[in-house]
Amino acid sequence: MARALVNVPATAKRGEVVEIKALVSHIMETGYRRTQLGALIPRDIIRQFVCTYNGVEVFRAEFHPAIAANPFIAFWTVAIESGTLAFTWTGDNGYSVTESAAVRVG
Amino acid sequence: MAGGLAAGIALPATVAAQVPGAPAATQEAIRRVVGTARINKGKVTLDLPALVDNGNAVSLAVRVDSPMTEAEHVKAIHVFTEKNPQPDVAAFHLGPRAGRASVATRIRLADTQTVIAICELSDGSFWSGSANTVVTLAACLEEI
Amino acid sequence: MSTFVLAALAAAVAIPAFAAEIPQSERRSGYDLMSRETRSMQDDDAANPGMLWVLEGETLWNRKTGTAGRACQDCHGDASASMKGVAARYPAFDSVRARPINLEQRINACRTDRQQAPPLSYESRDLLALTAYVARQSRGLPIAVAIDERSRPFLDAGRAMFLRRQGQLNLACAQCHDDNWGKRLAGSVIPQAHPTGYPLYRLEWQGVGSLQRRLRNCLVGIRAQAPAYGADEFVDLELYLMWRAREMKMETPGVRP
Repeated sequence: MARALVNVPATAKRGEVVEIKALVSHIMETGYRRTQLGALIPRDIIRQFVCTYNGVEVFRAEFHPAIAANPFIAFWTVAIESGTLAFTWTGDNGYSVTESAAVRVG
Repeated sequence: MAGGLAAGIALPATVAAQVPGAPAATQEAIRRVVGTARINKGKVTLDLPALVDNGNAVSLAVRVDSPMTEAEHVKAIHVFTEKNPQPDVAAFHLGPRAGRASVATRIRLADTQTVIAICELSDGSFWSGSANTVVTLAACLEEI
Repeated sequence: MSTFVLAALAAAVAIPAFAAEIPQSERRSGYDLMSRETRSMQDDDAANPGMLWVLEGETLWNRKTGTAGRACQDCHGDASASMKGVAARYPAFDSVRARPINLEQRINACRTDRQQAPPLSYESRDLLALTAYVARQSRGLPIAVAIDERSRPFLDAGRAMFLRRQGQLNLACAQCHDDNWGKRLAGSVIPQAHPTGYPLYRLEWQGVGSLQRRLRNCLVGIRAQAPAYGADEFVDLELYLMWRAREMKMETPGVRP
């Protein structure tokens, strides 16, 4: 099942600053909601998002329950060389999702 | 917000006691990130709608005026709220590879309030910006 | 489409216009009433959370299922070609059931009849994903439900429900959505209620839901008894709402507050 959607430009000029967008499917249960019977629904969120560019971390985000469900993040990175951008989301209850995209830099 | 602290002193306008007016929980969350350092006002811009469509997903963009070079760049941007059940929203870690200090996401806001963003620069200084927004509940009860 | 053609069409099927109906030229999608930020959330496929469901639907489209071991793709091929325009003409008359059925029911009919698989529950993740994927193939196309002698009685029943006062608040859909659209109810702007973007991502739900989920929410809001999912009255009302929104462009997956 598709759980993540990443948007990386397919090509870029060397040195160009490009925008990356990443969207992932997750309920981001805050831990403050209650069931109809009043029981607290435990927190279950994505805690961290990391983007690496040919293995080097270029962006990292820490999420708290105030990040909306189905978290969306847009950030920028310098297109230094051709290669792979890898995205990893990790969170509560052993949650871990990875996605990757290639970029050709010339 | 800065009060009279900077009057008569050739220093950038500061946020006295870190963030005057903010609730204790928010001050504490900010202190955990910034320590006892002075927080300067400026460089940080928040794009937040003045009136949200729905508090479950509010578009937020944070931009910092920085050349993003090896010598001078944004290391991190921390976002806080004043009236959510807990004040931390997110922390974004950048660096010279970012090229541009600009991050966008969607956040949850529990009530009409102020959202604060504090950035840490490569020289160890902290700068802050904030934006206010009005949050209303949906008009109709949906589920029984 | 020119007013002449519309008038000719209206005359051909002899559907009487009601004085309270929004004039064709004044119809606005709920999209137009949203903030700039929410609109751009819908416009950008890389940021539209409904696209997560569309992508799941694409996976389901290609997955073999049921005792027949058949995928949607095995009969229908590439959805971007075979499903183009389909959602824009649903609800559509089904001769087997001798009444109009909506897209969800059409998908389930395929599952039971052709794939020999159990039907998907209403509002289940899989049914929403498949419906969103199919409806996405009609994005940008004008809504065009066919009304003829067979479907007319159901259109009339749907319209009657739209005009009927219901619930403890004793309100008819028309009172908010024909008479008071654009005005505010508490902090929310009242839309005209055209189902142009379904299944859509509703920020209030923090997920994708169907038109019937939205209708049930409205009925709960006016303290009326909501019919069960899949009820005939609901499909009649969907038919009326889609006819009322004829010519307007499909937006699936829409994003709404």
